[in-house]
Amino acid sequence: MYEKDGEKYFVVDGHMHFWDASEENIKNKYGEGFIRCFYDYHKALSPEEYVWPLEKYRKYDEATLMKDLFEDGYVDVAIFQPTYLKDFYHKGFNTTEQDAVLKEKYPDKFVLNTSFDPRLGEGGLEDLEAKVRKYNCKGVKLYTAEWHDASKGWKLTDPWAIKYLEKCQELGVTNIHVHKGPTIWPLNRDAFDLADVDDAASTFPELNFIVEHVGLPRLEDMCWIGIQEPNVYGGLAVAMPFIHTRPKYFGQVVGELLYWMGEDRLTFASDYALWQPKWIVEMFVDYQYPPEQNEYPDLTTSVKKKILGLNLARLYDLKVPEGVTVADEGTGPEVTQKPAIPQEASIGGHSE
Amino acid sequence: MTEATTTGGLTGPPVARSAVLEALGTVRDPELDESLTKLGFVAGLEIEGDTVRAHLRLPTYWCAPNFAYLMAADADTALRAVPGVRRAEVVLDDHFASDEINTGIAQRRSFQASFEGLADDELDELRTLFRRKALVARQQRLVKALVDAGTTTEELGRLRLGDLPPSPELETYLQRRAELGLDVSPEAPLVVDTDGNPIPPELLEGHLRFARLTRVSIEGNAGFCRGMLATRYDLATPTVGPD
Repeated sequence: MYEKDGEKYFVVDGHMHFWDASEENIKNKYGEGFIRCFYDYHKALSPEEYVWPLEKYRKYDEATLMKDLFEDGYVDVAIFQPTYLKDFYHKGFNTTEQDAVLKEKYPDKFVLNTSFDPRLGEGGLEDLEAKVRKYNCKGVKLYTAEWHDASKGWKLTDPWAIKYLEKCQELGVTNIHVHKGPTIWPLNRDAFDLADVDDAASTFPELNFIVEHVGLPRLEDMCWIGIQEPNVYGGLAVAMPFIHTRPKYFGQVVGELLYWMGEDRLTFASDYALWQPKWIVEMFVDYQYPPEQNEYPDLTTSVKKKILGLNLARLYDLKVPEGVTVADEGTGPEVTQKPAIPQEASIGGHSE
Repeated sequence: MTEATTTGGLTGPPVARSAVLEALGTVRDPELDESLTKLGFVAGLEIEGDTVRAHLRLPTYWCAPNFAYLMAADADTALRAVPGVRRAEVVLDDHFASDEINTGIAQRRSFQASFEGLADDELDELRTLFRRKALVARQQRLVKALVDAGTTTEELGRLRLGDLPPSPELETYLQRRAELGLDVSPEAPLVVDTDGNPIPPELLEGHLRFARLTRVSIEGNAGFCRGMLATRYDLATPTVGPD
């Protein structure tokens, strides 16, 4: 719990990892390239005093994670989002099983999500069911740019992906976290396009689709599908740390999202260990738009409380402690009528 | 980097380094709508006689391969058009698909042939899609300046291209319109959709709001890419500074 100026903030970190990119675990140049790229993200956006040496960043231990999140980082509940990358790392980068070790040790501190890959067909479907039953998962993290043998990615509209989503619905796995990356099949298409999420969200209105990194680099696609689909959410991992290096841009991103999607569908995440929640939470609670940025919905204390934890508490049925109270600020399309947008404005969102 | 020289036995004018850089300056990152030279993506140039080699670098190892291929292919085309250049080579450094892209460009293969089995078409549709996004963002930049100066939404809907005073922003906007084959005559409406049609008054506010979002997106990505490039290559500038 974070407290500032008499206000209490229940903090749910919606996207974090316990990864292993140690040299022993790296399979090939792509695995090395992946962690190096992550490390550049970490260095580029963190305050200097929070930058780790590369060796620590490759593989950190349990004590470090527990301290950074729960002792120093104000996090009440953290959500593991597994990222397998078995083609890059011998044991996987961050699997359900790796995360389960901490979940079993600290059951109240973590929500354990799992993952699926529709290219694994019938076997993968059985494996998904087994994992969900074993770990009682309520969410999955999907990475559509994941490589698998010759394949460089998949879409949520692929026939097997539909079967897996049907299985999620059947098993009560209601939170589908979608993370787009640089590759997909076919490679000539924009890999970051969210049109498949749009379609899946229409097909499965009872599932919640949390688009990780708020669709960045396609903020426009994120907002476009956010207007169309009430069950689409924006996960703020990667967007949050801009608050330090590029506060004006951070205000634009959050302002646009609040305008188009509203305060009830945005969720906080640090993406630990990419970044540490401590400084992000502190800066976000203090954040105000730059004075010239006066065209966006207000970022009030209530809105911040919703983003930092209450929205995810709702999606994951987490118990919110007494004393965390909020007002409804009335943002978002359900509340405020938005101007009609010409269909062509969506440009990328509907290229299929 | 090697300065322009001529080697014995060859005729023709020496290749000017400035001309090569100028040519590369016309090549844009299709996603960020800025030139490779301004973005810092040109890592080095080697000019030997009538042969030019340009090294390109990108903000991450994982930048999308389709955009990377387009930039490398466009750079190759631009280099070959420089007076005096007979042989050009583009080398994309430090990228997960460097081998596929460099070989593909050197052998003048199509994108599909360069990424066999991984693509089902060429990149024309992708390029057009991002030209459309860029157009909307450029239009918003012009319109924002007008709105800040007091122009109302109704007035915007009536403005023609010829009503605007010359400016670098207008020039860029006209160039982007022309690339998409849209009307650039002085009588053409200023605010149009990506097919060049005027926006009906009842949709104008929505169009402009969405255009603002598109601009925030593209400019934000460009800023982020600059920062990542600076981090990756330890560049003094540009850095991810306060924005």
